[in-house]
Amino acid sequence: METVKISRRKFVIGSAAAGAGLSMGMALTFASKFALADHHEEMKPEVNAWVVIDPDDTVTIRIARSEMGQGTLTGLAQMVAEELECDWDKVTWEYPTPGENLKRDRVWQSFATGGSRGIRGSHQYVREGGAAARMMLVEAAALEWGVPISECSAAASVITHAGSGKTTTFGKVASAAAKLSPPVEVTLKDPKDWKLIGQPVKRLDTLDKLTGKQVFGSDVVLPGMLNASIKACPVHGGKLKSFDASKAEKMPGVKSVVAVEDNAVAVIADTWWQANTALNSIDIAWDKGESEKISSATIDKMLEEGLTAETKFVGNKVGDVKESYAKAAKTYTADYSYPYQNHATMEPMNATAVWNKDRCEVWVPTQNGESALAAAAEAAGLPVEQCEVYKISLGGGFGRRGQGDYVRQAVAIAKTMPGTPIKLLWTREEDMLHGYYHPITKARMTAALDDDGNLDGLHIRISGQSILATLMAERLGGNMDPVVFQALAPDGDHSISYTVPNLLVDHAMRNTHITPGFWRGVNVNQNAIYMECFLDELAHETGQDSLVFHRNLMKQHPEALAVLETVAKKSGWGKSDGLHRGLSVCKAFGSYVAACAEVTVTDGKLKIHRIVAATDPGYAVNPQQIEAQVFGSFAYGLSAMLYGECTVKDGQIEQENFHTYPSIKIAEMPHVDVTVMPSGGFWGGVGEPTIAVAAPAVLNAIFAATGKRIRNLPLKDQDIS
Amino acid sequence: MVKLNINGEIRNIEVDGTTPLLWVIREQIGLTGTKYGCGIAQCGSCTVHIDGQAVRSCVYPVAAVTETQKITTIEGLSEDGDHPVQQAWAELDTPQCGYCQPGMIMASAALLNNQPKPTDADIDAQITNICRCGTFQRVREGIHLAADIGAAKISASYTNASDTTAKAKG
Repeated sequence: METVKISRRKFVIGSAAAGAGLSMGMALTFASKFALADHHEEMKPEVNAWVVIDPDDTVTIRIARSEMGQGTLTGLAQMVAEELECDWDKVTWEYPTPGENLKRDRVWQSFATGGSRGIRGSHQYVREGGAAARMMLVEAAALEWGVPISECSAAASVITHAGSGKTTTFGKVASAAAKLSPPVEVTLKDPKDWKLIGQPVKRLDTLDKLTGKQVFGSDVVLPGMLNASIKACPVHGGKLKSFDASKAEKMPGVKSVVAVEDNAVAVIADTWWQANTALNSIDIAWDKGESEKISSATIDKMLEEGLTAETKFVGNKVGDVKESYAKAAKTYTADYSYPYQNHATMEPMNATAVWNKDRCEVWVPTQNGESALAAAAEAAGLPVEQCEVYKISLGGGFGRRGQGDYVRQAVAIAKTMPGTPIKLLWTREEDMLHGYYHPITKARMTAALDDDGNLDGLHIRISGQSILATLMAERLGGNMDPVVFQALAPDGDHSISYTVPNLLVDHAMRNTHITPGFWRGVNVNQNAIYMECFLDELAHETGQDSLVFHRNLMKQHPEALAVLETVAKKSGWGKSDGLHRGLSVCKAFGSYVAACAEVTVTDGKLKIHRIVAATDPGYAVNPQQIEAQVFGSFAYGLSAMLYGECTVKDGQIEQENFHTYPSIKIAEMPHVDVTVMPSGGFWGGVGEPTIAVAAPAVLNAIFAATGKRIRNLPLKDQDIS
Repeated sequence: MVKLNINGEIRNIEVDGTTPLLWVIREQIGLTGTKYGCGIAQCGSCTVHIDGQAVRSCVYPVAAVTETQKITTIEGLSEDGDHPVQQAWAELDTPQCGYCQPGMIMASAALLNNQPKPTDADIDAQITNICRCGTFQRVREGIHLAADIGAAKISASYTNASDTTAKAKG
């Protein structure tokens, strides 16, 4: 077996190490092989951590968060560039590495990319980074000219001295600026003076995606690299018992068959196809453990019990619902449920690792470079300082790529062949079986209505899984999982959009062995269905128009009401044109979103003709990318509503691939009319909020069309004829 | 040994004939623009052209391709990334994560080969690729725009040809 020893120097280039991840990507892009030296022969002058300027005026903006399609890198670059006053046409970008971030005392702060936090979580410090760099560039020019800084200004990468009319460019003074002390205080622009923030500029990362040049994690090729395919115990928590590799070891290209951690088998071969073919020939015995007895039916029973059980986990409480019931003219109850769902990123999980006794490096599409680094170090058995992670483009994330499981596996496999880079790529089947699934829940909704049909009391009992309890128990507050109450909370980024005199939202935590995880939107997805569909039920039950019913509950929620009124008006709510309409509104991830779906149902077949959507994210950094995120959120949310369901049999997930876990296609995707209506004064997310309103708007429209209430998903299992 | 005509080049590849074309393209030929998404012809990420027609290469045994058939991958769709579909995609900023886009672009280009002016119904019937980011609206708009760009190109080349003829006559 031939192995290539790869020195650290070859992977991490001099002091420009921060750019190594991208440089690798570029090297791979242009040469499809390892050719770093050609791309980094000289050090780029770094003005500060966020801004690198070449003598030719190229501005490289450092992006800490991961781009996975959501457009965050372009938005973040716009914010740095706004304050930097650089020429946008000369802007490019690069990822600093997680290792470099640690070395530099986390100068780029968080790398975590989730919770629609890319922009709303870092707008302040990235703008400050741009502003500080501009001040240093202007100061350098002023010093060179011997004039007061106050007489100099910057625009479009050109610095001008007002008195003399002298000009210079960023590229000419960047080296001098880099030597200056950073300013102690920076003042950010007033939003009314923004020139670039708020503009629908094109993404910085489109062109390579049109020609096949974009290098995703699964495309990484390193010299001497081998490929691995893996199978882990199909029952979560189960172990590897034994396997017979005698046949596989003799198959073409196979280098080795290895046990991975305590629950998986991997084949390492010249090509991935050879590795996977050999893997499929191996008889593997699993110790599936007690969880083998668990099925969807047993989970359902456990959740059902939680609907009426005692619980102390209260997420929102106003007044006294019991008193409200006692005096109610009428009470009304309905039960809802929401299934497990897989993220099904288009690119299956993968990571490429090389392990030596004193160094481990990983190339990985990850939503969190820092946690990937921690996972790599743990699996490598090395101090984190002796490890590095290079972020490679993600073929989708949706929350799945925040986990480190596949990084640990890749490192464990690489550790069996020191010095040899090995790329681990999961099959789609492995990806379907070993997800971090959208948590399963049920809800019992109970309303107390007064004589006039007003909602006086509402109890929302959620029974089901907690993500935090499984993934980050240290974040549970008194054993309670606050994330469960997304979009139903009393205040904050996920506050409930209604004022109900007596309200109780509580949670009976019922966990299973199926690993739950953050999933685009996560708990707003089902909570909004529970809330929005139930309100529509109450409106119907009391003989009121759903929009009017909403208005009455939203007097103290003007921002949320504004997006709802917008979609109702633009759709023509109340119009008789043969289309049936459904409404939905939600506050999630700090933004206000609403949708009006227009559908028909013919012979039990649903057609969604159009969705009218509105989003108020406070500040809209790039409206055309927000529009793209709204389109995408409807596709993801409608796909979940139509098809998304993972079921459990004998302890394992039953769905294997896209034939049993279908995804929406273009024929079913309705036209979406998007209104981006930023009201200013706050920063809301845009990647996820809209998912919340996708399903309920359509489900309410289906009721309008058919009189049928769909309270259990996915729709493929329901009869709407 | 198989002989493949890929993006205009003849390549001799030492490979088991049952290997899917996708993996030969990615691992033996080294063109990684064509993606693995499902391995069972469900998602279309692996779409390439064989003689101008869209084929899901993940289930297409390499031995089934003859040396006279022309395989085109995303890398060979155009010289400079300026195929009408690529131009339209750039104009509309269509890709999100981009992973399914080589397949989406190849499927769209094949559709336009067969139907230069497709209707929405044609698109619904012919474009069955999965995109989990949800780029569908801009894909649909992009196909219509690409059809317009393609038509304009044909009309421009016709005009140029007429000019040449006119000059020749003059």
